[in-house]
Order: sequence, then C-alpha cells, then structure tokens
Amino acid sequence: MTTSAYTRADFQTDQEVRWCPGCGDYTILASVQNFMANMGLPKEKIVFVSGIGCSSRFPYYMNTYGMHTIHGRAPAIATGLAASRPDLSVWVVTGDGDALSIGGNHLIHALRRNIDIKILLFNNQIYGLTKGQYSPTSELGKRTKSSPMGAIDWPFNPVALALGAEATFVARTLDMDRPLTQEILERAYQHQGAAFIEIYQNCNVFNDKAFIELTGKEERVHNRIDLRHGEPIVFGPNQEKAVIFRDGRAQVVDRASADPSEILVHDETRPDPTIAFALAQLSHGPHGPTPIGIFRDAPRDTYERLMASQIAEAQQRLGAGDLEALLRSGGTWEVT
Amino acid sequence: MSDTIATVNDESEQETQTAELDRVVIRLAGDSGDGMQVAGSRFTDASAAFGNDLATLPSFPAEIRAPAGTLPGVSSFQVQIADFDILTAGDQPDVLVAMNPAALKANLADLRQGGTLIVNTEAFNERNLAKAGYEKNPLEDGSLEGYRVIKVPMESLTKEAVKDSGVKGRDVLRSKNFFALGLLAWLFHRPQEPTLEWVEQKFAARPEVVKANISAFKAGYNFGITTEATKVTYLVKPAHLPPGTYTNVTGNTALAWGLIAAAHAAKLPLFYGSYPITPASDILHELARRKNFGVRTFQAEDEIAAIGATIGAAFGGALAVTGTSGPGLALKSEGISLAVMTELPLVIVDVQRGGPSTGLPTKPEQTDLLFALYGRHGESPLPVLAAASPSDAFDVAIEAARIALKYMTPVILLSDNLIANGSEPWRLPAVDELPDISVPFATEPNGPEGHFLPYLRDVHTFARPWAVPGTPGLEHRLGGLEKEAITGNVSYDPANHQLMTDSRAWKIANIASDIPPVEVEGDEDASLLVVGWGSTLGSIRAAARRARNRGHKVATVHLRYLNPFPENLEDVLRSFDMILVPELNTGQLRRLLRAEYLIDSEGLNKVAGVPFKVAEVEDKILEMLKR
Repeated sequence: MTTSAYTRADFQTDQEVRWCPGCGDYTILASVQNFMANMGLPKEKIVFVSGIGCSSRFPYYMNTYGMHTIHGRAPAIATGLAASRPDLSVWVVTGDGDALSIGGNHLIHALRRNIDIKILLFNNQIYGLTKGQYSPTSELGKRTKSSPMGAIDWPFNPVALALGAEATFVARTLDMDRPLTQEILERAYQHQGAAFIEIYQNCNVFNDKAFIELTGKEERVHNRIDLRHGEPIVFGPNQEKAVIFRDGRAQVVDRASADPSEILVHDETRPDPTIAFALAQLSHGPHGPTPIGIFRDAPRDTYERLMASQIAEAQQRLGAGDLEALLRSGGTWEVT
Repeated sequence: MSDTIATVNDESEQETQTAELDRVVIRLAGDSGDGMQVAGSRFTDASAAFGNDLATLPSFPAEIRAPAGTLPGVSSFQVQIADFDILTAGDQPDVLVAMNPAALKANLADLRQGGTLIVNTEAFNERNLAKAGYEKNPLEDGSLEGYRVIKVPMESLTKEAVKDSGVKGRDVLRSKNFFALGLLAWLFHRPQEPTLEWVEQKFAARPEVVKANISAFKAGYNFGITTEATKVTYLVKPAHLPPGTYTNVTGNTALAWGLIAAAHAAKLPLFYGSYPITPASDILHELARRKNFGVRTFQAEDEIAAIGATIGAAFGGALAVTGTSGPGLALKSEGISLAVMTELPLVIVDVQRGGPSTGLPTKPEQTDLLFALYGRHGESPLPVLAAASPSDAFDVAIEAARIALKYMTPVILLSDNLIANGSEPWRLPAVDELPDISVPFATEPNGPEGHFLPYLRDVHTFARPWAVPGTPGLEHRLGGLEKEAITGNVSYDPANHQLMTDSRAWKIANIASDIPPVEVEGDEDASLLVVGWGSTLGSIRAAARRARNRGHKVATVHLRYLNPFPENLEDVLRSFDMILVPELNTGQLRRLLRAEYLIDSEGLNKVAGVPFKVAEVEDKILEMLKR
C-alpha cells in the first residue's frame, strides 16, 4: 500500500457508534477505516452513500463526505454523484435487504453500467433494523417472526446475481477476515468501474453464527475455498480437495482422483463471466465448500468515462455550447 | 379586432378569389401512421415564417400504431394562424383534412358549420368505412351537406406524383401527407420554401424520399391551381407582433433550453436524470442532443433512480433536474422528501397528463397541483411553479432553478401535455440579459474551531450552506434522519424536530417575499376576476378579451407561483366581488385559495383530457356577469 499521512483516527467521527455490541459491522468499519488511512486518498474526495438498515448507518461513522439516504436507493444516488463528479471516490454501503430486496433494480443497473462506485454489501441474511424478519438471502426454511413455518422464498446468491449482471469486479469476504477485506477493498479501489463486494457479516442478535461453517476454527478449513488468481483452486486441511469444471458446472472432487489438467486455475480476468458464475454456484449460501476472494476483475469501459468522452466528442464536433445559437436553431424570423 | 372568421360567398364567383381572414383554424386528421403531426408542424413553421401569430394543439393516441383505420388510431394536429396575437389553438376548426373515414368520424363534430372539409376519397372504401363504423358512405349520403367538401383522390395522385422518385412499395403512399400539405399551402397562400428546405434537410440521407415528398407536395399545390379545387383561397396576413427575433417553439423544447440557460446563468453543469415517460420524454431527448453544452443526461432504470441520481448530482454540486409525468412523480415522492430533509437544490419537472393511474398519457390535465404541493409523507413543503404557455416554460425553468439554488430546496415545476407539445411563436430573449442565479459553494468552515456546520442557516434566506464533496475541511454527512439544527447531526430531540419542521416551512413561505406580485390583467374596476394557472392562460385571456369586446369588464390573474403564493394575492382577490377559477381539474387551486385566505370562488372545471374552449370560459364569464 502507498504511504499515507492519515491514521485510522482521521476517519473516525465524533458520533457514537450505535450498532449492537458484538456486531460484525464494527470489524468491517475498522477494516474500512484502516484501508482508507493506508490508501492516502484525500478524505474530502471520498463519499460514502448508504441506504437504510443497520449497515447503512456506516456513513455517520466515516469522517468523509457522506449521505445516509433512503431504502434501496443508494446505488442510484451514488450513480448520479459519480456520473457528475468523476473526480470523487464513491462508496456504497448496503445490506442484503437494502440492496437485494427493495433496491435490487438499482444494484443490477449500477453493475451493468459499470459506473465507478464501490458497493459493499453487508450480508447477514436477516433484517436486523426491523428486528428479525427473513431477508432475500435467508436460507429456505428459515424460521423468523415473519416466517414462523419457515421461509418459502428461494434466496439470492449475491455473487451470482452480480455476475449475472456482468459486474466487472465481484468479490466475497468475511467480516472477521480483516487482512482479506482490506486487500479486496484496495483491489476494488484500483478497479476502474463498478465493484461489488459481498461481506458475510454476523448479526449476533438475530442470526448468530450464520457463517460459522466459514469462520469456525473447526469448520473453516473444510469449507473455505480461497480464490487466488493464477493458482489451481484447491482447499481442505491438506489441500486434498479440488474444483473442476465439468458438464457445464463447477464441482468439488478429491484432488488425488482428478486429472491435474482438469483442475480449474483461477483467472479473475476472464472476459466471459461463465466460469466465475459456476464458482459462485458451488455453494448457495455459506454452507459447505464456499469460495472466498475475488471472483472477477475484468476491465470494461466505465459509464462516466464514456459519458465524458461523448461530451468531449460533441464539443469537438459542434464547438462549446452557444446559447444564442441554440435558441435560433429551430429557424427564426424577424418582426420589425 | 374581430376574431371570428370572415364568411365568403363562393358560389357566384367564376375565378378563384382570395379572401382575407384575420384568423383561421386548421385541423389535419388521419391514422397515427399517416404523418399528420409532421404535416401539421410543417404548416405551422411555414406560417411562422410567413409572420402569422399561431398556436398549435397536437392530439395523438397513446398507442404508437393503433390499428389502422380505426377511431382509436386517429391522430390530429390543430393550428390556429392569425394576423393578431391569438392565445389558443382555437375552439373549432374552420378547415378539416380527413385522410380516412375514422378521421372524419372522430373530428367532424368539431368542424364549424359551413367549414371546409378536404377528404382523401380513396380511403373511403368499404373496409375503412366499416372500421370507422359508418354504415353508409358519408361522402355519398348527403350527411356532409352543411360543409364545403373538397374531394381529392389523394392516393392515386400521390402515386402518380412519386412514380419517378425511386420509392417503392408501401413507402409510396407515405408521401400523401405532403400532398395534403401542398394543397393546404395553395389554399392558404403559404410559402413553399420552408417546407421544401425542411424535407431536403430531414431526409438528406434518403434522396428518393426527398424527391417523393417534394413531388407529392408540389402535386398537391398544383392540384389546387389546376383543378380550382375551391373558388376561394384564403390569406391570413402577418401579425403585428412586438419587434424582435422570433422562433416557433414547443413547451418541452423551451423547457429544455430553459434548463440549459439556467445552468449557464448559475455557472453550474446541468445534470438531467430521467426515465422515459409520455409526455416528458422530449425534454430528455432535447437535452441528450446538447452534450456540447456539457449537459449530462442520465436515462435511469426507473423513476426512483432518476430522482436518486438527481439528488446525488445535487450533492455533487450540479444544477440537478429530473423530469417526469404524474405516475413518475408518484414514484419520486420518497426521493423528493429526502431532498427536502437534506435541503439540496433540485428541480422536478412534472409534465401533467390525464390520470389517475396510466390515465390518458397523451392528453392534458392540471390534476397534479395538490399532489405537487402535498404528495409527500411528513411535513414536506416545497415551492411549486407552473408554466403558462410553451415559451413561458423557458422562463419558468430559469426561475425554478433560481429558487432551488438560492433557497437550497427541491422545486416542482408543473407543465402539461398542452404546453409540452403545443407550440407558439416566441420572441427570443437577449441571452446576455439572463439573470445571474449563481450561488457560492461553501469553502471555509463556518463554526468554531474549524468545524463545518451544514445546517447553520443563512439569516435572510434560511438556506443552509452548500458544501460539495472535494472541499477540504468541510466533510459532513447528510441523510434522511431528522437533523439537529446547525450541526446537522442526527437528532431525535422533540424540540429540535419542532424547530426543524418550522424552519423548513418558514424557509419556503419566506420565498413569497422574493417573487413578483401578481399583476391584474384587464379591467381593475371589474366585478369579476378570473384566476388561472398553467396552460389555461390562453383560453382565459381570450375569453376575457371576447367578453370585453362585448362591452363587459373583466379582470384576470394568472399564477406562476402556486407555493408560496405571491404576497399581494389576498389583497387582489379581496378587491373583486366575484372570482372565477377555471381549471382542468375538479377545483384544486380553488381549494387552495379557500384554505389559504378563506375566500370563496366559483370553479369552472373540466377533466376531459382536452383544453377549455374559449367559448366555455366566455360563457361562464357572461353567466356570472349577468347575476
């Protein structure tokens, strides 16, 4: 990382942080503040935009520019800001209900446009602020106040959804894994265009241990598939499992029995998102072997760059706007 | 000055005569694919170039291509041309061009008794007659006896005219609107050049189409000369308009140009976020063409994203505007509330159409007034302005931007379908005389110890400072949660919420001291005052003029500012015995006036998807004056 005159304290505000004690959001906040301090980007150039929900209180705790907006709309508001101010670094903080339920439309459109905003989706698989209803990422059968007999909604797989929208940068991390989170934040920052980061975040009040298969000491070695660019996708206590692509899907096999040439070598930069999508489908939710890391980092022109180039082209072709000429452009006549 | 059409007796004349009229209303009607809007616009531009005053009323179905030959598929374009300053597109056509039976059936009732009817006879076949619901052919059953009918076999004449142009198949008959236009050009002594030049420019990439349209146009013109289609042609002389340079402009175009001018006057980049919706889309189209002005247009994924992106752009320091119609305004409601709470400047354009729900997408109404004022949750006041005519949309756009920026507030600008698609001659303003509406961004901390206080209000305007991202030292957080006065921190304190609610209300109410007083037009000593807003200006003023021509005293007031009202409005209202409020709704302004001032008024209300006829307003005026 670059050297910086900032410390984490420069990004803390005087506002009391009001998440529940033990909430995964605290760790994410620390990761983001550390990353920002290390990054050295002038803090007046940074804007955090959020929607509504527990995670969306985030901007109040970041001493940058920020806006805590309305439910689901943060990507739209951030899009207007980024499109009109390409000089800024615009970050969206959202949750599974905010981004995937009420704001699903804005999320997919921001991603397909490749507008230069960085979207941090804190996925705790539950509605926290409204006290515990099932969310669009809650597992099928999830019993909550609003689903006493179990949720009957098939959940979204956020990474697969983002890849389906052909997002150019898609990653998944865990609240507890601060080094990985900071690494992914930096990569997202360097990426030109929209970045989507799903952060598995523990809600210790309404959905505790939802991610235990990936965070528990015993479980994680069996389930966590770390994606590393250029390396074969293998995992397990002794790296004895491997991921291959066969019959149109990614599959977990015993490494020993696999033809080494068949083992997938992770390539973030594939222009076609099909393999990344197949990896995302290895698990549907944080259960069993689940890939963590950067699924895709494939460059494509950004919305604001295309917008700026059209403006530049129009100005070159037609000259800078002349209001007098505009008003006369439909033909005029003189009355004397 | 008379504003009734001259009557001529053409039966005894041997040669074609020219009759002078002071005004005439022409309506072209056909299938929505027949090019009636194009023909109407061309006739309008030729008349503008000739120097007439004019006003137009396009009417088209919401369906792009409704089933051909049916009544729902009829599209029409009405224009009134005059040698004086007319105010509306006219109540009744004097001339109707009907391209098929459906067009005749849908429009004949409006044609003035004794008016001229030009029909495309070849479209009156059994199939089309049946589609239009005619049991007998109206061209043959004597039902058109009260009109002067000019029968033209327009299809075979068009085919013959374009046979050497190179157009083939179905494209051949596409030129028949130009044939009709040519005939009208002859009938009304219109100059041919503006139309010919337009065709050459418009279809430059398709020389065969240029050739076909010009041939058809000339054939129509020559058909008039050679067949003496009628014994009388008409001349409406140029109007005596105030000196200046004029253009013919529609309301949507004028509004778009007004936004560009406002950005210029505010020294800010223009951001326009919008989702396609009839009848507001043309504003987006016009602005999207003007990228060389640095305009950023954003076609959002939905109405909510459009207002969202606009709020984002406003936070970033742009002149941020979104445009929509009623259904979209409903979807934007929550976003507008956020702009009220965050006190960011933006302009929301609502080009009203018939409602509720999808309603009548291509028809005008003034039914969103109360929605604009009150259609948000919580106490959420904001200024509301309305354009009164196509060219007025230019000025109102600048004024809406001025208020938004100076007072750090969202502003709703109401237009409607009549203004949006109607057109009128517009005396161009002097660009260098546009007002300076720029406001300074905050650049320095305004609190103790270098703190920035985003809700420390200006003592005069009550506006909070506009500190845009990128400004060092002024980092702050906005949001939809209630803000503590001065600091802008989140606050749940009861006294603070009361204070902030009152402050937001006072800020908007105080704008009344910064807008012009209403001006009374007409007879200040009249007993009757007619109060209007929006696109009814023309009908109201024309009706009052007619009543005055009959020897009555009438005054009118037209409101550009619907919230807050001008400071002198109450005194003006109280100085008349009777007040009439014509509106294309069920009485929304009337309700506001009564709520605000406890002043009663009488309504003239119509929610039919069509504008007032001048006669309707005039009749009501005369009726009230008789009491």
